[in-house]
Amino acid sequence: MGFSAADLGAIWLTLRLATVVTLLLLLIGTPIAWWLAHTRSWLKGPIGAVVALPLVLPPTVLGFYLLLVMGPNGPIGHFTQSMGVGLLPFTFWGLVVASVFYSMPFVVQPIQNAFESIGERPLEVAATLRASPWDRFFSVALPLSRPGFITAAILGFAHTVGEFGVVLMIGGNIPDKTRVVSVQIYDHVEALEYTEAHWLAGTMLIFSFVVLLALYTYNRKTKRA
Amino acid sequence: MAEGIRARIDLSLNDFRLDVDLNLPGRGVTALFGQSGSGKTTLLRCIAGLQATPDGLISVNGEVWQDERTIVPVHRRALGYVFQEASLFGHLSVRKNLEYGLKRVPLAQRTVAQQDVIELLGIAPLLGRSCGSLSGGERQRVAIARALAVSPRLLLMDEPLASLDVARKQEILPYLERLHDDLDIPVLYVSHSSDEIARLADHVVLLAEGRAVAQGGLHETLSRLDMAGMFADDVGVVIDAVVAQHDDLDHLSRLDFQGGSVWVSRCAESVGQRIRFRIHASDVSLAIHKAEQSSFLNLLACKAIELTNVNPRGQVLVKLDMAGTPLIARITERSRKHLGIAPGRPLWAQIKSVALLH
Repeated sequence: MGFSAADLGAIWLTLRLATVVTLLLLLIGTPIAWWLAHTRSWLKGPIGAVVALPLVLPPTVLGFYLLLVMGPNGPIGHFTQSMGVGLLPFTFWGLVVASVFYSMPFVVQPIQNAFESIGERPLEVAATLRASPWDRFFSVALPLSRPGFITAAILGFAHTVGEFGVVLMIGGNIPDKTRVVSVQIYDHVEALEYTEAHWLAGTMLIFSFVVLLALYTYNRKTKRA
Repeated sequence: MAEGIRARIDLSLNDFRLDVDLNLPGRGVTALFGQSGSGKTTLLRCIAGLQATPDGLISVNGEVWQDERTIVPVHRRALGYVFQEASLFGHLSVRKNLEYGLKRVPLAQRTVAQQDVIELLGIAPLLGRSCGSLSGGERQRVAIARALAVSPRLLLMDEPLASLDVARKQEILPYLERLHDDLDIPVLYVSHSSDEIARLADHVVLLAEGRAVAQGGLHETLSRLDMAGMFADDVGVVIDAVVAQHDDLDHLSRLDFQGGSVWVSRCAESVGQRIRFRIHASDVSLAIHKAEQSSFLNLLACKAIELTNVNPRGQVLVKLDMAGTPLIARITERSRKHLGIAPGRPLWAQIKSVALLH
């Protein structure tokens, strides 16, 4: 029988969400990772801990606070309302914001590790070869950190696809807007539609396995090279 | 601004202090020599701008890199830097490594032709290869070529041979000598090997615990008895000579220098070519009279000018003068007393062996 129209809508929404979140995280996470890798400031510890919080916090805790901050009485809520875009909770972009926080460590940490492992030397060499700081970043640091970026993108994408608790807190369950695959599966199970749940759950299982297998194979290859 | 390299640096790093004020020649190879921890590498990094030096003063042949008002960032200094490890960019081919700096230098500032650099370091066959497939010596040659390709006004080399084994060192040294002879770029060369310095340097700065304890021309500095401790067992002099004659029958060559000449095993250089050699203090013995009946090939008339006691106890270093060229002999205290050697005494130096530096 396969997927219903609602299932396909959930899959499409999930892929769209994960793609947007991954791209945003690569943009936001790279400067954070660079700063964490190079700073000698005392703030390194606290900022690093904040970035890593979603690794240990229950998604409901993160979702609860985001709901308050983005709600009608929260600072971000005030801001978005004054900008004329309304409130973020229970919208696609609310999910995006929440997912960016939730998947942050999965993107920042691999990139930070990559920056730290190439060290200062290649950048110093580039400086003595006339490369300006931006030039050094794009011509040396980025290409040498490529494995870290690929790991970060894959983990960020996969982790966003797999989230459930934060989505439920921030997005609720609105078809084609916030009802992602994991929520759709939950609905199927609640309604005792086990066959439909099997199709989606099985797809998720295979997807996650294939992604992680590809990642580990790639990492082993780059380590040997 | 005057010609030459000026570096005034006073830098405290944790429990180490580098405090130097150097005026170095603006041409030729200047060796920064000293034991590890003496501040050689830090000094080089300060001159390059890789290490920030508050209140430093750095200028190179009239070009100010740092003074009270300006600090030129590293990438705007016309320098070449060769690190201890080749540090090639692993994501680029050998050719791309070579071109990395070159293409960032404006055409008008390119004074060194890329083709010359490739030939000088013999890397043409390596250009198409990936960095990972190169040997240690090949990697360092590419790194030197990469630094030269930016047409530097000053080349800084931080123990470029230290990470290589003896065979690889021998592979690279001739290229460094050619660099010295063929390119008119001043070089600051950090090393703790007196052999490398004897072969390459024109000028020497001795560093100890962050201070310049001596500096001067290579020959004078190496022959200073008060600096003997710095060189440990390698005390000796370096002499510049010219190949004067080959004797193919006995398979010998005569090398002439100011104040004398020595016979050595037939060398490959042709008559008239310049050659540098080294005589270790332990290879020189002294006699009052010229020993006519002796297997010594090289007997040189000289005069004692300075004596100093050294470790191990009972040993004496004697500085000798051969009509303008210094020589150092290591003899025992007993021999000194027996022969009555004192400053001013005419002597004959018997040379056991001469080490050609080429």
